[in-house]
Amino acid sequence: MIEFRSVTKEFPDGTVAVRDFSLVIPSRRITVLVGSSGSGKTTILRMINRMVDPTSGVIEIDGNDVSTLEPVKLRRSIGYVMQNSGLLPHRKVADNIATVPLLRGVKRKDARVRALELMDAVGLDRSLADRYPSQLSGGQQQRVGVARGLAVDPNILLLDEPFGAVDPLVRAELQQELLRLQHDLDKTVVFVTHDIDEAFLLGHQVVIFKKGGLVAQVGTPQEILADPADEFVAKFIGADRGKRALRVRSEAGRDVLVDSEGRAAGVLVTDDDEAGAVAAASGASAQGDQPR
Amino acid sequence: MNGWSDAFNWLLDPTNWSGPGGIPARTEEHLVYTLVTLVVACIIALPIGLAVGHTGKGRGVAVQFSGALRALPTLGVLLLLATWLGLGFGPPLVAMVLLALPPLIAGAYAGVEAVDRQTIDAARSIGMTGWQVLFKVELPLALPIIIGGVRSACLQVIATWTVAAYLPLGGLGRYIYDGYAVQNYAEMLGGSIVVIILALVADGVFAIVQRLVVPRGVVLGRASDVRVRQSRSLVGTSGSTTAG
Repeated sequence: MIEFRSVTKEFPDGTVAVRDFSLVIPSRRITVLVGSSGSGKTTILRMINRMVDPTSGVIEIDGNDVSTLEPVKLRRSIGYVMQNSGLLPHRKVADNIATVPLLRGVKRKDARVRALELMDAVGLDRSLADRYPSQLSGGQQQRVGVARGLAVDPNILLLDEPFGAVDPLVRAELQQELLRLQHDLDKTVVFVTHDIDEAFLLGHQVVIFKKGGLVAQVGTPQEILADPADEFVAKFIGADRGKRALRVRSEAGRDVLVDSEGRAAGVLVTDDDEAGAVAAASGASAQGDQPR
Repeated sequence: MNGWSDAFNWLLDPTNWSGPGGIPARTEEHLVYTLVTLVVACIIALPIGLAVGHTGKGRGVAVQFSGALRALPTLGVLLLLATWLGLGFGPPLVAMVLLALPPLIAGAYAGVEAVDRQTIDAARSIGMTGWQVLFKVELPLALPIIIGGVRSACLQVIATWTVAAYLPLGGLGRYIYDGYAVQNYAEMLGGSIVVIILALVADGVFAIVQRLVVPRGVVLGRASDVRVRQSRSLVGTSGSTTAG
């Protein structure tokens, strides 16, 4: 569990990136911090591994105040994945993945074996192990980044807009991989994005930010959709338009859902025809790509 | 012009190619002077340059300091030091080191500064210490530019060591000063030609080194797919120098 207690961060130039922020990030769940740029979400993420230290307030990981922990040691125990992979360009893929284990004194041979296993886990072909990052596609680089983040088997994985720079198809694939990985490995994941669809897809808990590090709403995607805290949240999640604003229309004795433009989005089913629900849901997501 | 043919005759004269005053011996002296100068200057300049590049602090001071050093007239410094310290190897060495410092410092900090900030940020985020970032990330990636600084320092030092013969000292400058004293222009021009060739050869060697120290992943990133295999074998030996 990661807990923020009235954390404020004011940068030397006077900008307040985060103001009196409190949040409990539950273990073994995905918490998504979502907001437009300048909302302080990345700053909050970076305070967890002490890349940024708060001006005031306390951050605890499982009850330990992070300010009492040695930054380098703390960072080596937390996986970190960033937008542009941040791989070391002069090191091969396997060596990039093994960077932290090698720093920790793991034997070269063992570290390589582990790196290859991690490549399997994130869906990278082992033949890429001796390539350099510049020889990989953007999506592959992000997978390497995730593998590197997992290399020390951390309890916590921090992801800072990891899929922001890859094309939509690859992004969808990577999102599913992340869900699968989290399901298999049971990590505490903190994920930063500006994409509300991504936030609702991945997050068990979603935190929506306004400008200046103010929290607009915290909750599950269902809670937020059902009851947006204010006008800002409603607008941000697009509750009033597109595929989020569905209406029921009766058609040949069945309830059909249509979006705000009147396009069919799916059918309404009851709990006892699950199979039908799956089909309807996949139909809905195939339709619902327009509003971004 | 007769001067050129005289100079070439002087260069081809076998008597100028033997003994302690011969071209090989003088070239060797010149190279040793240059090497000692570069080693001393690197020991001083590289830590300063790397520190400035790594911390981002003191850049302004480093630029002004380098600029001021560049403005110093080397012959004037040489004579001033000689009057303080007396004759010998010391005064010209100090003067040449001062000459070599600006390009070395600039190469080191520019090299480190040119490393992608995101790469450095990522290295810190995953738990590298400051020193590990410096030696495992910044230094290998900055090496081509750092060598570029050494290259331009080397060129200046080779050219300028000739003035040390004024003191008097050995090296290829001997021919220029000795020839001047007896108005033997063939010897002066011949000596100058040797200095020029030496400088060009040294520059060529550094140009090659500069290519070899480009980390492989970075080379491959620039090369097209077709050339990947070639550039691999070309830089195959550089792996060991940059792997640390």
